[in-house]
Amino acid sequence: MRVAIIVFPGSNCDRDMMVAIETLTGRRPALIWHKQTNLQPVDLAVIPGGFSFGDYLRCGALAAHAPIMNALLDHAARGGAILGVCNGFQILIEAGMLPGFLTRNKELKFVCKQTSLAINSDASCEFIKSLDSSEKLQIPVAHNEGNFFADPVTLDNIESNGQVVLRYVNEDKKNSGNPNGSLNDIAGICSSNGKILGMMPHPERAMGAGHESADGKKLLQSIFEAIEA
Amino acid sequence: MRITITIEKKPGVLDPEAQAINKALSSLGFDDLQNVTMGKQITVSIDTDNKEHARYRAAKMCESLLANTAIESYTIEINEPS
Repeated sequence: MRVAIIVFPGSNCDRDMMVAIETLTGRRPALIWHKQTNLQPVDLAVIPGGFSFGDYLRCGALAAHAPIMNALLDHAARGGAILGVCNGFQILIEAGMLPGFLTRNKELKFVCKQTSLAINSDASCEFIKSLDSSEKLQIPVAHNEGNFFADPVTLDNIESNGQVVLRYVNEDKKNSGNPNGSLNDIAGICSSNGKILGMMPHPERAMGAGHESADGKKLLQSIFEAIEA
Repeated sequence: MRITITIEKKPGVLDPEAQAINKALSSLGFDDLQNVTMGKQITVSIDTDNKEHARYRAAKMCESLLANTAIESYTIEINEPS
């Protein structure tokens, strides 16, 4: 499994992601600085969480125009797999690789908490096919702009094409499971070909030992299995 | 030439910040408040004396980076060089 992690000024989950992936695959991912213009052939490109370019202008807007992005677009055009987490999800949207928009959390507060996620078994995303969709994933979020929004036509398309992969759910029935006001409780979506996944929760922060949950490990494992299949 | 670019959310696009300002103003007793929008103002200077060219270049900047045209609209105001 050859994995590249794209690093921008302000990325801060790149090394956590590197450790998580190396733990699972036994092979250390390459960290690729955003100023590079070439991406060696990889099985998976990851855009990690953080605050690229200080979140200036709009979250992910400046990173979406970084030199490495053309190589990433080429990788996507060849049907390559991409995972964007948190700021990585915002960057994929700003780069036009995923639909919709991520705006300020409904309560205007930074949210850092464990979330329960339902897996949409009807999603057209191979990455989740080895997961048991009757189980909920416990994976934490940490963001200020994770409130997914799309115009009604776009939202309808996303839903009917099976592009919603993960939704926040209410586990204990006491609180709303949706931490940010996201439309249709959307936590993660995929591209129409199912090869690009963007999600607000951080799987690299749910890797077992020392973490509250090991469900991020399950999700990453499932992504690797789908790519290797 | 100095150009003022104003970027705002398009009508119907969720804007939690404007909603919060709306609520706060209402709670301060501004009963006549009808609507609140919040945007950004970006000022750029372009090396040209041609207004139409300046407008064209500013629009290019908005389309390629400054505005997310899926959800934001922009207006361009050309200021005469002082």
